[in-house]
Amino acid sequence: MEYTITPPKGLLAVNLSELWRFRDLFLMLAWRDISVRYKQTVLGVAWALLQPVATMLIFTFVFNRMANIQSGDGTPYPLFFYTGMIIWQYYSSTLGNAGNSMVSNASLIQKVYFPRLIIPATAATTGLVDLAISSVLLVGLMFWYGVVPHLVGLLLLPVLLAITMLAALGVGLFLAALNIKYRDVRHALPFFIQILMYVTPVIYPARMLDHYPVVKGLMLWLNPIAAVITNARAGLLGQADFDFPALGIAAVMSLAMFIAGLYYFRNTERYFADIA
Amino acid sequence: MTTPIIEIEHLSKCYQIGAHKEPYLSLRDEMVKTGRRISKALSRRVTRSPRQENATDTDFWALKDVSFSVQQGEAIGIIGRNGAGKSTLLKILSQITPPTAGKITMRGRVASLLEVGTGFHPELTGRENIFLNGAILGMRQKEIRRKFDEIVAFSEVGKFIDTPVKRYSSGMYVRLAFAVAAHLEPEILVVDEVLAVGDIQFQRKCLGKMGEVARGGRTVLFVSHNMSAMSELCQKAVLLNAGRVDMMGKMDDVVNKYSMHTAAVSSVDLSTVEHARRPQRYGVLTHFSVYDKAAAPTTSFLMGQPIMARIGVRIHRKMPNAEVAFKISSRLGSAIHYFCSTWEGLRRDLNPGEYLFEIRVPKVMLLPGKYMLGVWLAQERSRTMTDDYVPDVSVIEVIGNDFNGNAADFAGNSISGCEVYAPSAWKIIQEGEA
Repeated sequence: MEYTITPPKGLLAVNLSELWRFRDLFLMLAWRDISVRYKQTVLGVAWALLQPVATMLIFTFVFNRMANIQSGDGTPYPLFFYTGMIIWQYYSSTLGNAGNSMVSNASLIQKVYFPRLIIPATAATTGLVDLAISSVLLVGLMFWYGVVPHLVGLLLLPVLLAITMLAALGVGLFLAALNIKYRDVRHALPFFIQILMYVTPVIYPARMLDHYPVVKGLMLWLNPIAAVITNARAGLLGQADFDFPALGIAAVMSLAMFIAGLYYFRNTERYFADIA
Repeated sequence: MTTPIIEIEHLSKCYQIGAHKEPYLSLRDEMVKTGRRISKALSRRVTRSPRQENATDTDFWALKDVSFSVQQGEAIGIIGRNGAGKSTLLKILSQITPPTAGKITMRGRVASLLEVGTGFHPELTGRENIFLNGAILGMRQKEIRRKFDEIVAFSEVGKFIDTPVKRYSSGMYVRLAFAVAAHLEPEILVVDEVLAVGDIQFQRKCLGKMGEVARGGRTVLFVSHNMSAMSELCQKAVLLNAGRVDMMGKMDDVVNKYSMHTAAVSSVDLSTVEHARRPQRYGVLTHFSVYDKAAAPTTSFLMGQPIMARIGVRIHRKMPNAEVAFKISSRLGSAIHYFCSTWEGLRRDLNPGEYLFEIRVPKVMLLPGKYMLGVWLAQERSRTMTDDYVPDVSVIEVIGNDFNGNAADFAGNSISGCEVYAPSAWKIIQEGEA
């Protein structure tokens, strides 16, 4: 095995064969994050169930009962909200964890070499466990309300998940690189995520924005997760009023965000050890 | 000569220092700066004044045109003062940071050990951490499983292997961490100052294991301040000085040359000493001088006589709990004495300004030989993060002296490694005819 170390030049491509060689490390780091997460909490897995249920109850009370927001298509609001929320939870936690991952693993970055991409990529896998747990509850809720999913909706699920992952990692990679360079990103991040939630149809249906075409258009183009949530509801909650054009745009945009984030990350990562 | 396993050609690394005072930027600062730049550009257009270069940006060459090559199976020590570029060289070799210019060709699998226990997680058990740390160091799962029992045996943690490492004693923690590292089987092993941890017995065990690695045909690059450990392990050494290769050759020759680097001077103007010092938050060391009891500047001292030193400090930001210290270390760099101002009750918050500290050690209790002097400025509670530190400010010579009237032969002992004298009482309590 022979290789050379030279100053980096120009845009750096992603070295796939190298990533493959480090797959063991990726799996170990993902496993570390997951097991530490459930070891540190007293309630462990119960916490992963308790949190979404409590959120669902509170949000249903505040936005449905008090503010009178409806699902708009006859779907029970708790179910409507819960479906959007677990997707949003996965998206925002992946984005946030990826964004903070380089800083929280700074000691590793300064001492060992491995493809830096592994660190933010790990963040996308750890969220999957929470998503799986809260999905079990979703199935339970669907039984409770007697809702039958649409077949197309079920087939669409992997696509929706892929779009969510790509978009979350795209923004996450960008934020991770930015976070190393500028430390105030870390403080702005929670605020950014909170704002992002209100411009995502989690507590309200996207249809409510029909009277605001500019806002809806911006959301459609800049926030791929909006189309994901709308179509997940359509497919899973049986209304089948899919918005395929929006989903197409979301797919293209999430891919574009991922590639942009990836390249920004790749071209900043070489200096991480110097400034972290 | 065969093809070298490591070939370093004209390697340079440049850091920008002084470009920004804070170690990292904030987005807010950047926006303010951009705003200023735009307004400056606009005003320049109006007044047509020439472009001003940003004078605060200074390039610091941590490595400058370094070239050498290493043959397979060689164990090479890398020697140099703090700031000579040793750590930077290892970081580039380990691909943690890229070079600014030059090229390195590696012909083998590299494992670098810049720290023991990198990535250890306190919540995970010893067993889990072995797998995690092994993966971080580049071992495959299969490989770790195969060596697992051997690693556990080497670490001596025994039945605690399934206990979270947060419950380990620091000794156990280090032993486990090193056990994983010691079982790496790369073709090239890069090691930085990791033997400074753990108890002496375990250090010896690790040294032995590393010696085995080197004798087993693997190539080792080793940085340490512990030169006796290094000379035990390495036959050859590279001497770095201010980012350049000063000398490469047999270990003994390089160590000799290195100790000659520090001149025996009784008074040093520290503001001109060339050192890559850490960014100084509160102040800098400006002056150092040593005297004998008659306040005459000197660098030779008789055993049992007082040694006095003066340390000048310039504070530019109010420094709470300031500590000034004076250090004596062996010719090979291991510390013998620390004399800290705070240990003796001198605790002050220093306001900006110039200060001159004086220290008096009543008796030099060192055996005859040469010793290195160092000084630092730190905050009492954060001694590991010194504000300013010059480890080798000067060299003194201690001369044998019949200070206790016993006509003792002190001179012979320093050669065999003993450095400190302490009085002891002797008598014969049993005596008989044979």
